[in-house]
Amino acid sequence: MTEYFNEMFDGDQVRAPYSALDGWTRDMPADLRAMKQAEAEAMFRRIGITFAVYGEGGDPDRLIPFDMFPRVFTQMEWRKLERGIKQRARALNAFLLDVYGRGEIVRAGRIPARLVYQNEAYERAVSGFVPPRGIYSHIVGIDLVRTGRDQFYVLEDNCRTPSGVSYMLENREIMMRMFPQLFRDNRIEPVEGYPEALRRTLASVAPAKCTGEPTIAILTPGHFNSAYYEHSFLADLMGVDLVEGADLFVEGGFCWMRTTEGPQKLDVIYRRLDDAYLDPLCFRPDSMLGVPGLMDVYRSGGVTITSAPGAGVADDKAIYTFVPEMIRFYLGEEPLLENVPTWQCAKEDDLKYVLDKIGELVVKEVHGSGGYGMLVGPKSTKEQIEIFRHKIMEDPDNYIAQPTLALSTTPTFVEEGVAPRHVDLRPYCLVGDKIELMPGGLTRVALTEGSLVVNSSQGGGVKDTWVLAE
Amino acid sequence: MLSRTAENLFWVARYMERAETMARLLEVGSRISLTPSAGHGHRSDWESLLQASGTAEGFWAKYGDPVQRNIESYLFFDRDNPSSVISCIERARENARIVRTAITGQVWDTLNTAFQQIRQIERQPRSEMELGELCDWVNRQSALLRGSMDGTMLRNDGFFFMNLGYALERADNTARLIDVKYFVLLPSIGMVGSGLDNYQWRVLLRALNAHRAFHWAYGGEITSAKIVDFLILNSASPRSLLSSTKKAMHHLDNLATYYNKPAGPAQESAHALVAALSATPVPEIFDEGLHEFLTRFIQDIGALTGLVQRNYLSGEAR
Repeated sequence: MTEYFNEMFDGDQVRAPYSALDGWTRDMPADLRAMKQAEAEAMFRRIGITFAVYGEGGDPDRLIPFDMFPRVFTQMEWRKLERGIKQRARALNAFLLDVYGRGEIVRAGRIPARLVYQNEAYERAVSGFVPPRGIYSHIVGIDLVRTGRDQFYVLEDNCRTPSGVSYMLENREIMMRMFPQLFRDNRIEPVEGYPEALRRTLASVAPAKCTGEPTIAILTPGHFNSAYYEHSFLADLMGVDLVEGADLFVEGGFCWMRTTEGPQKLDVIYRRLDDAYLDPLCFRPDSMLGVPGLMDVYRSGGVTITSAPGAGVADDKAIYTFVPEMIRFYLGEEPLLENVPTWQCAKEDDLKYVLDKIGELVVKEVHGSGGYGMLVGPKSTKEQIEIFRHKIMEDPDNYIAQPTLALSTTPTFVEEGVAPRHVDLRPYCLVGDKIELMPGGLTRVALTEGSLVVNSSQGGGVKDTWVLAE
Repeated sequence: MLSRTAENLFWVARYMERAETMARLLEVGSRISLTPSAGHGHRSDWESLLQASGTAEGFWAKYGDPVQRNIESYLFFDRDNPSSVISCIERARENARIVRTAITGQVWDTLNTAFQQIRQIERQPRSEMELGELCDWVNRQSALLRGSMDGTMLRNDGFFFMNLGYALERADNTARLIDVKYFVLLPSIGMVGSGLDNYQWRVLLRALNAHRAFHWAYGGEITSAKIVDFLILNSASPRSLLSSTKKAMHHLDNLATYYNKPAGPAQESAHALVAALSATPVPEIFDEGLHEFLTRFIQDIGALTGLVQRNYLSGEAR
């Protein structure tokens, strides 16, 4: 039986950060709890935060389940995480600047050239181009799991367009409205500064040709996208326009928005769509979502695109293994956050090990996301394991494997009362003229007893995440 | 403001007004069906309603026989019918969702709540619902939206585009409602001016919540001339063609002032329409033929809408 680190209880003892919450749940009558839960759900529905899951049918206005039991970090714990996350964000950006430039890390033999230059996410189209301030990834989402009091692992990096930050903000908003007393009794670091910090970050990377206050917009794939709510939410809080590709056009070396008063110049685009769809002239010719000619304007310094096209090469699951190496190479520091040991089925020795121990491992597709196409060995039936074994043998390059991590648990409201459930954490790091991290993030929770899969597309929920002030 | 945003706002208002018209039409139909009509009996009244709403073809294809229950379902709850109340409310809400950043929380709340509620209503057994209550509910949602727009929205271009949508849709819809009454509901032209004719006019006034207003304004016998004046030419009557056109003109003026631009083609066209309507005496309308007059008016409004589209909503403005 695996031991899981329980973030609230150490045996019978309540750990310090949770001390105020122990009484809170014990004093809460069951009917009040049910009432509050319904109230929270009604608020989410009224605000309109819903989550559409592609290709699943059913209710397109499904809510991500919200768990009212907060997840808590002490200031000490958080500072350590913060240093590690910022370190990682710096190294990932240094790596991107390098591989689209001289490629020193490859020349030094620290990362195989093939993994970088033959990577699907490597954009030849921006090779040699240096974006403003040399920054490629302006919003870095680092997925973390905890396995012990002081043991955190980085599960993956998200350098392109990490989503979920609207939940961080709304979860807090709803908790403060429902339980103001909790916030009086505990001193909790605020996260509401995020939209303003994001706006400052975007403004700080305005293109060379922009004089004066830059005009910023969020570029969305459109209102059918599952994260559309988040796009519109952030645009609103930043006070910027939310545009689709069809709202933009390119002329005279600049990018323009179509407005009721005629064209308006756009300086910084926070895009929430993949590289491939940005510009049909440069990438996918069949893309209806992008702006023809946008990449030319970008490369001539007429507009900034964040995250920079090509940033995805840094968060690929194959590159992930080398992030500690990047930290040493570019920063001359030792990594503060550990990677999960990873076996690459592309390597013969690793493949042998993986097939041998498959029942104990988590196997993932290299390019998969959202908890799809993955196998959690210890939680799977013999049949499922055999099916996966065949898949791996057919196409070993497509798979990596990691040990099954003993994800920490936090107390969560369930049918019978309060019970431990497994969680992960996604904090959001902003990189512009300075590097900022909001004290908090998105905690995802696997609501099914024993489950280690926290993805919302697989029945996971979300929690408010607290960092206690000193 | 992004042209697309303006377009979404414009359509939020249009769809809500259309939902309201559909509910009012249903109300007319259900009232008329409670009274025996000359010649055809109850059945044809419901057929007329389908003709009026412009949804007859879709209905035949799906249901065939015009049973009252089916018509109610088709006009209220059927997503296959793009003009049904539920289709209109869902689209109004979807357009609003797209431009959440351009409307106030209260306006969004109103639309989103209407959307959530109609989905609940839809799940109730049909036998437990009174058509009259359903229609009242729709009118209430529409009133709530206008109220929250008025009470919370900044008087900027977004507000003007929404009101423009309302005004143009209402001008079109009122014209169609009158046309229905005159052209479709009456079994034969010989009935014009008869007791039946007057009854049907009263029903129409009632559906527009305007029968009291009518009596205050005119008093005495209900005559075709008074009604035509009330629903077309009286600028004190809030749904009249003149009122709606004036409202559209007013908001086009607002836009030009707000953007600090000289009068554009849409604004000029609206002014011309208002001037022409204001100068039209009632007998002239009857001379031209009410149906012919209305058809021409609907085309004029369509042309004006086209100009608004080209000037502001298409994104081609320079």
